[in-house]
Order: sequence, then structure tokens, then C-alpha cells
Amino acid sequence: MTHELPSTDPSYIELRSRQFLVDESCTVAGELLAAQVRTRHQHLADFTALHIFVVTLRCEHSCHYCQVSRRSQNTLKYDMSHETALDAVDLAFRSPIPNIKIEFQGGEPLLNFPLLESIVLESEERNKVVGKNLAFVIATNLAMIDDRILDFCRSHSILLSTSLDGPRDLHNANRPRPGHNSYELAVDGIRRAREVLGQDRISALMTTTEKSLTRVRDIVDEYVTQGFDRIFLRPLAPYGFALKTKSYQSYNTSRWLEFYREGIDYIIDLNRKGTDFTEFYAQVILRKMLTSEDPRYVDLMSPSGIGLAAVVYNYDGYVYASDEGRMLAESGDFQFRLGRIPDNSYDEIFSSPRLLEPLVESFAYSAPMCNDCAFEPYCGADPVHHWGFHKDYVGRKPESDFCKRNMELCRLLITKMEEDPFAKRLFWKWANRE
Amino acid sequence: MLKLNGYLRILKRSNEGAPYLATVTAAATSNHTVLVASRDHVTGSYKAVLLDGAAPLDKLEGDVFELSELFDHLTSGDIVRLSPASGAIRVLYRRNSPSNTVLLTERCDHYCLMCSQPPKTPNDDWLLAEAFELIQLIPPSAQELIFSGGEPTLYGLRLVELIRHAKKWLPKTALHVLTNGRAFSDIKFAGSYAAVEHPDIMTGIPIYSDDPSHHDYIVQSRGAFNETVQGVLNLKKAGERVEIRIVIHKETLDRLVKTCEFIARNLVIVDHVALMGLEVTGFARYNLDNLWVDPFDYKDILSEAVTLLNNYRIPTSVYNHQLCTVNTDVFGNCKKSISDWKREYLPECVPCTRRDQCGGLFSSGSLYRHSRHIRPLF
Repeated sequence: MTHELPSTDPSYIELRSRQFLVDESCTVAGELLAAQVRTRHQHLADFTALHIFVVTLRCEHSCHYCQVSRRSQNTLKYDMSHETALDAVDLAFRSPIPNIKIEFQGGEPLLNFPLLESIVLESEERNKVVGKNLAFVIATNLAMIDDRILDFCRSHSILLSTSLDGPRDLHNANRPRPGHNSYELAVDGIRRAREVLGQDRISALMTTTEKSLTRVRDIVDEYVTQGFDRIFLRPLAPYGFALKTKSYQSYNTSRWLEFYREGIDYIIDLNRKGTDFTEFYAQVILRKMLTSEDPRYVDLMSPSGIGLAAVVYNYDGYVYASDEGRMLAESGDFQFRLGRIPDNSYDEIFSSPRLLEPLVESFAYSAPMCNDCAFEPYCGADPVHHWGFHKDYVGRKPESDFCKRNMELCRLLITKMEEDPFAKRLFWKWANRE
Repeated sequence: MLKLNGYLRILKRSNEGAPYLATVTAAATSNHTVLVASRDHVTGSYKAVLLDGAAPLDKLEGDVFELSELFDHLTSGDIVRLSPASGAIRVLYRRNSPSNTVLLTERCDHYCLMCSQPPKTPNDDWLLAEAFELIQLIPPSAQELIFSGGEPTLYGLRLVELIRHAKKWLPKTALHVLTNGRAFSDIKFAGSYAAVEHPDIMTGIPIYSDDPSHHDYIVQSRGAFNETVQGVLNLKKAGERVEIRIVIHKETLDRLVKTCEFIARNLVIVDHVALMGLEVTGFARYNLDNLWVDPFDYKDILSEAVTLLNNYRIPTSVYNHQLCTVNTDVFGNCKKSISDWKREYLPECVPCTRRDQCGGLFSSGSLYRHSRHIRPLF
């Protein structure tokens, strides 16, 4: 080893053209890299884009994996009050960001539709003065959807996001409700929503359970059949009830990766045969790999997206740094509870040590072991996840299933690009699509 | 190929001295239709007459030239430069062409292996002066003017003045400035250029390789890559629209996809990328054996480059390629880019059903070298 590389060596040329190596012929490299860093972190100045309103915890479903919902009829106990809602709207509009998105979650948010309506109307009223790009999403199981609600969604350009876990048997097994017809209601709701709102105004999210693991092709087929052009093959979130009921431990990350591998192969082949279909997790990582844009996916950002990209206003007025933070609280750990409205001000909530401390430790490029990791630029930090497992924001990386999962995914995606020219072209497309 | 410069037989000389610009108008004099070139729209007096038949010379005002068949394409509204001393004629503006090129200088600080307009050294500032005058004669309805060289930015702030002049006289005419972009590495110059706030200007800048030393080799100038890339960044910072132009030949082909990847990763903010087939003229003709690759033989590489840019959503055009020499996946990016006056088709093209969508060949290509795979598409 002489630690020398002649400037005519092919490796030298490759390294230089990608700015790993700089000599006098490419002094502009520094500026190019600076532009990439600037682009990637542009969103930090904008602050919180996603404001999640938990308008009720009530739900008529009783999904095993659900961390938060209650089957209670007690509206007072589990519904957000009108006062709390207005205070939360106040906070949301304090965000400097020009594009804010208000997402309604639950429980089943449509069970508190009157409050949802007044939040929409109140936000639009305030926005007449502020003039932001304001968007609304309702995360709903669609069981309660009716023409009046759809009309309201149409006249206020509200997007719908629903749950679809796969084919009928799997979906209904995962998502029990009185009548055992969750699937039928969801599919019918999707059809009606598209009729009233438009084909692209509803998206679907699946939750992976143990029962899903052998069914990835069926799940993807179901999404194609229902006319979706993308799926998010999600890992199961290890919070709340899921952690408590040990359903999280019931299968490990390796098994999930097997499921994911089979799914991504299947999806690539679908595209090869002419069906335009995207996997969201891959898309997030590929955008980091292949572009300078940050996909702003809260669980995979550095610094972490908690508070910076998303914030949760819970039904009881407590404000959480992320949806996972609220779920952790459901199992009794209040580490990510930033304050309560109206007792705490915007400044108190967003400069709370419960937000700032995890943020400071969530710059992945300076975290122990992350700083040595080749995949660090494609990854992110998840202080909530690591707090949940290790009671530490950074966590113990060798034991972290977050690390294991994301490193494996990076390896998988890079291997695909190296081995399969079709996958490479497809991944370019995914990295750049909306 | 239409002839745009040459000599006319002088029938009568009334004006002395320097060449002048004149707009062609059609008029009937006596019993003959002639083309007359008028310098002064207000008085309607004719500076010259281009005669296409016999006519009594004493009744005609101005210089009288015999209009040879080579120039019978001239139509009312075209602008020519006439030299009463030599009979030299050059067509500077063709009204029926959607895009007219204004040559500002033949000097250049690059010496590209495939240059279609090989640089010359003498001072030719008069071309810039002529451009100022030409812009005042061109009708405001003109769609697009291309400011080309040589290297137009060698004029520095005088080029900026010319653009300001064009904005004033031709506010609705799009401008396309073809430059190596190095001058814009001076952020102050980029700022002055942008300060004109021309409503519709695109600056076309070549980047031939993602490997800096190879780009420098192709343009035969050390340090070019640095300044050109810096120039692109500065123009984008100043809010200007920038097009990256890549001529495809043996020296750029090996790294074509990587060069496009470099653009997608580092310069995704650019507004357009043009991938251009080689025009077999100028240096390209001298270096032809070192540069020529049959487009048919690189069609898969072209497809990959175009797919990459399309997937990165960078508006991308393929210029100077015949549809029969590319894969169908780039048809959507192929533009009819060859100027009408030098566009030709081969006998093979006669039965082709795609001819209307195809840009055809450079007349120089049909003459010297073109793909061995030109064939009709059905």
C-alpha cells in the first residue's frame, strides 16, 4: 500500500466525478456538495409541516395492533374539546412553514365529525389572513363515511387516507369490528370516495402483522385490484398495545425483511410487466440515495423529524413530538409529551427540553456508530424508537432493529440496482416521483 | 440546403463603400416582379433591387443585382447584408424560419474537437455592431433568435447591452444564447446579465463530461470544467434559465450516462438538457474518423441517458437524430432540431410514414457521413 492513486486511474476518475476526491481540475466540487447539503436541509428553516389532530380516541374497530383506540361510548372522556381544538389551530398557524397539512387521526376521527368540521372551517377562516398552502387529510377506516361527509371533503379539498391490510380474509382478521365487514366497508368507501372526490384523492396504508408475513403478493395484488399505484410495506410499530401484547416480538426483523424482499421483487416484476406501481419505503430511501431532496419522512430524518416535521395534538390537549411519542405515552412513558394546551405557550412547547434534547442527539452523522455507517446519508434517526427500546435517544446500535432493518434495506436496494438494469431505471423513477 | 451566403452579379452600382443591411420586399416594377431591398421603411426608397429578369436598368433606383436561382428562396421580410463593392450577399434573417441564428463573433476561448464553427482570431467586432442594427430591422413577431459564436461572452458587458437592446426592440422574441458559460463564473457578470430581466431568455451551455479533465480535453482548454459548472450555478442563483448541451460523439459517448447522472445529481435545477447528434462540419469534418459513431450503434446508451433524465424530470430533448436510428422509447424526446435551410432527407426516407415527425439529416451529413441504418419506418 503506497496510499497513492495516479490521476489517470479509472477509480480516481470515478471518485473525482462524484466529489469524493478533489483536485485542481474540479475546485467547484465544494460548491456542488454545499448545494446538496443546502437542498437536503432546506426544510429545517420551514419548521413543522404536519399537524396531527387526534379528534377522538373512540373507534368501532378493535384491531389487535392498534395502540390507541377505545371502544368506549363516553364522548366526554375521549373526544377533543372545541376549546382544545381552537388552541391547537392557533399553534399550527404559528409554524413559519408556507405549506401546512392538518391530518385528522383517532381512533376514528369521523366519530367526532362535528369537531373536524369546525377545525376545517376555523383553519380556512384564519388562512384568509395568513395565506398559507393549507391541506387537510382524514385518516379513516371509511366505515362511517356518508354522502354528507364526502360532500364536505369535496368542497374543502380534503384528502382521505384509509387502512387496507390486504385481501378480505387478512384484512378482516386484522381489523375486527361488529359485523366482521371492515374490508367490505373499506372497499366500498374507496369506490364512493373516488366517485365524489376523484381517483387520486384517497390513499391507503397497510399494517403488517404476523398473518401478513406469508401474504405479501396477495397484499400487493389487492392494492393493484383496488386501483392504487403504490403501497407502503410497513414494519410493525413497536409501541403501545402492540408492545404490550407482545405481538411485536412475535416475529423479528429478519422475518419482516424476508417479507419485504419478496414484496419488492414482486413489485419490480409487476412494473416489468407494465403495471406502474411504487413501494413507498423504497421510494423514501431511494430519494435519499439518488437525489439531493429530503423525502421528509418523519421516521427517517436527520436531525429527526419529531416536532420539526410533525407534531401531534392529542384529544386531551397534550402535545406530542410525534405520533409514536403519543403511542409510547399510551403505554405509560411520557418522554415525548412536550406540554399541554392551553397551559403551555408555543415557545414553551417547541423549545421544551423533551424536544430539544432528543433533537440534539438525532444528528445521525455525529451519533456513535452512525458516523461510521456507509448508509448514514440514506438513513435517519429515530429517537422515539430507541427510547422505547433502550431508554436512550441514540440507542444501542448493534441491538437496534431500526439499524438492522434500514441497513438491510439499503443493501437490498443497492444490490437490485447493480444486478438488474430494469430495477435501476425503475428506482430512478421512484426516487423522483411525488 | 438553402444557400444563405454567396455573390450576386452586379448590374448597376449606385451606392459607394461599405456593405449595408436591407429588408427584402416584393414589388412589381414595370412588367417584372423583382425583389427590392429597402433600407428605409419610412420613405420607401429602395437601396437595392434584386432583379430576376430583364428590366431597363435606368428606371431602377439603388444598386441592382442579378438574383441567381440559388437565392430565389428569398421572401418578403427577409433581411440581407449586401455589399455593393463585391456583390456579396448574406441572408441574416429569414422571416419564415421559426428560429434565426445571429453570429456575433468567430472568436472563441475554446477549441472543441468537434466545433462546427471553427474559431478565428481577427477582431470581428463589426459583427456585434451589425447585430445591434439587425435587431432594429427584425419584426417584433419573430419567434426566436439564437445568439451564437464563437463565444458571445467575449464581449462582456457589450453582450449584456445587446440583450437589453433585443428586449427593447423585440420584447416578444425568445432569445437563446449559446455560450461556454465560463464568463458567468464571475458572479458579478452573471448578475449584470440577469439584471436585464429579459422576459424569455435561455442560456445554452455545454458540459461534455462528468470527468473534469475529459471535458477540458474535449474543449481543449484547461480549467474549463470548473468555470463552466460555476457559471451554471451562478446563472441559476441569479434566476436565469439554463440549458445543458451535450454533443454525442466518440469522446463523449463512453461517459454519456454518467455525465447525465452528474447533471441529475448536481445540476438538477437546470431547465433543459439537449443531447445532440454530431454535425459533420467544421472541425468535426476534419476529425470525423476520431469522432464518428453511428447513432444506431449507440441507441441503447442514448435510451439509458434519456430515461435517466426523464426519470429525474429534467426536460430533455434529443436533437439531430433520425427516428430510424433511435429506440422508440426516446421518440417523445426527439425534436425536429435541424434548421430548415440545412435539413435534408435521403431517398430511403421517401416512403417513411414518420417523416413528418423526423428532423431529417444535416445537409452536411447527407454529403459526408450519416448512419448506415437510415430506413423508412412503417
